[in-house]
Amino acid sequence: MSLNSQDIKRIAHLARIEVNDDEAQATLNKLTGIMALIEEMQAVNTEGIAPMSHSQDVTQRLREDQVTETNQRELYQSIAPSVEDGLYLVPKVIE
Amino acid sequence: MEWEVVIGLETHVQLQTQSKIFSGASTAFGAEPNTQACVVSLAMPGVLPVLNKQAVQCAIRFGLAIDAEIANRSVFARKNYFYPDLPKGYQISQYELPVVGKGHINIQVGSGEQAYEKNIRITRAHLEEDAGKSVHGAQQGMSGIDLNRAGTPLLEIVTEPDMRSAAEAVAYAKKLHELVQWIGICDGNMQEGSFRCDVNVSVRRKGEEKLGTRREIKNLNSFKFMQQAIEYETRWQIETLEDGGKIQQATVLFNPDTGETRAMRSKEEANDYRYFPDPDLLPLAISADDIDAVKQHMPELPEAMKQRFQSQYALPDYDANMLTSSRAVADYFVAVVAAGADAKLASNWVMGNVAAKLNLEEKSIAASPINPTQLAELIKRIQDGTISNNAAKQVFEAMWNGEGEVDSIIEAKGLKQVSDSGAIEAIVDEVLAANDAMIQEYKSGKDKAFNALVGQVMKASKGKANPAQVNEILKKKLS
Repeated sequence: MSLNSQDIKRIAHLARIEVNDDEAQATLNKLTGIMALIEEMQAVNTEGIAPMSHSQDVTQRLREDQVTETNQRELYQSIAPSVEDGLYLVPKVIE
Repeated sequence: MEWEVVIGLETHVQLQTQSKIFSGASTAFGAEPNTQACVVSLAMPGVLPVLNKQAVQCAIRFGLAIDAEIANRSVFARKNYFYPDLPKGYQISQYELPVVGKGHINIQVGSGEQAYEKNIRITRAHLEEDAGKSVHGAQQGMSGIDLNRAGTPLLEIVTEPDMRSAAEAVAYAKKLHELVQWIGICDGNMQEGSFRCDVNVSVRRKGEEKLGTRREIKNLNSFKFMQQAIEYETRWQIETLEDGGKIQQATVLFNPDTGETRAMRSKEEANDYRYFPDPDLLPLAISADDIDAVKQHMPELPEAMKQRFQSQYALPDYDANMLTSSRAVADYFVAVVAAGADAKLASNWVMGNVAAKLNLEEKSIAASPINPTQLAELIKRIQDGTISNNAAKQVFEAMWNGEGEVDSIIEAKGLKQVSDSGAIEAIVDEVLAANDAMIQEYKSGKDKAFNALVGQVMKASKGKANPAQVNEILKKKLS
């Protein structure tokens, strides 16, 4: 699979990262390198091996259903750029 | 040419837990904004999610209730998208390996002669976290973000496209709504958003195998709106196609004020969520022992209870269905019978007078002013002939209005039925003496006249005469 600079622009947009043409070209070169690496790995025969979703073969530990957090709104909002009536304010979004 | 509508549902069920799915913040509804938003809900750098055991048990419960396979290994994935009420930039969900696999839910559609049953296949159900809430209009040009809801545990339940009408979709949604409350995994509060449905609708020519292009109606939180939205959407799609147009895949919103669905501004990059396994979470392992432990605490399911009501109490199918339509109603009925009432009479009263009153006053059965023991006492007075059915209705009214207990009301209102045959005979004689014309009519073969005479006797006794005895004595005297 090969990428072009349109793909880079699209991925950047999905990630909300602004890239100019030069940066897109540089990123394209790096990502193409990574894709080549993936292609090399895909040549390995993995038949009969279940995919792992984690690098360690361990399973999820569960937490008891208890409320352990207290209200620390004031502390958390002290670093927010803008708050009002307990709400974090962000530039308007309407779908 | 006839059209067919094809419907599938995705339902977000908020699970009944004290704390969030991946943190110890409270899930209580209605708190001041952001007072239940901890560092995990806020997506502060360096925090890690730890899975809530109760949420997993709720998912197992649901899997057992719909006869589904429960995955012994399931995986959490990141669903990536940008929105201010999702501070991490991704929602933790499940994608390739959901916790609950294929199952099914049986629904009853319609009523009376047209009623039928249908099996709706469940594709999957997976665990995920809810997002926060955006409050618009807090300040000019700004949106306010409340992250109290962020991280609330949800079970998303997905059906196959098995429904063929708005009525079927609503019947399924109602059944699911009852089921999740029945097994105690959701409070079912639709106003508070504990149960929200997305409905996928497409149309095709009858007989066509291929599915049409679907549009998804988002976030319906009322059965009435669901019905209206599907009916509107179906009409719109058929009209569009008949006018030579094409359906574009889209997400639409229902506007209750206009009764119309409207496409949301389509995003340039539609639904590219770039799912991948969340490296912060290990696979969720569920053993056979875990499932057994949950099984131990499962209540009797509505389907099983329905069959038991039919065999144990000899109730008709209709009664058994109605009584098991909700856990609260079923519990109430069982309590009435346990207190000594005849099962069929109890069923009639619960489905009849009790339900009608509750409906009228928009109350749930749990808030009924007449408790099961009191209703059983009333029914016992009908059984032992103390009062007639009609008198029982008056007693019921009085009890409902808090006028006291059964026996004291019967006493105070003088509703005791007269079953003394001597007394009834006296009244019958009086009525016969005064209604010669009716007697002649009856003797000339007019059956109606007999009923009129019964009516006269009942009236003369102020409704207190035992109707069966009145019938019997009248017949004897007229023969």
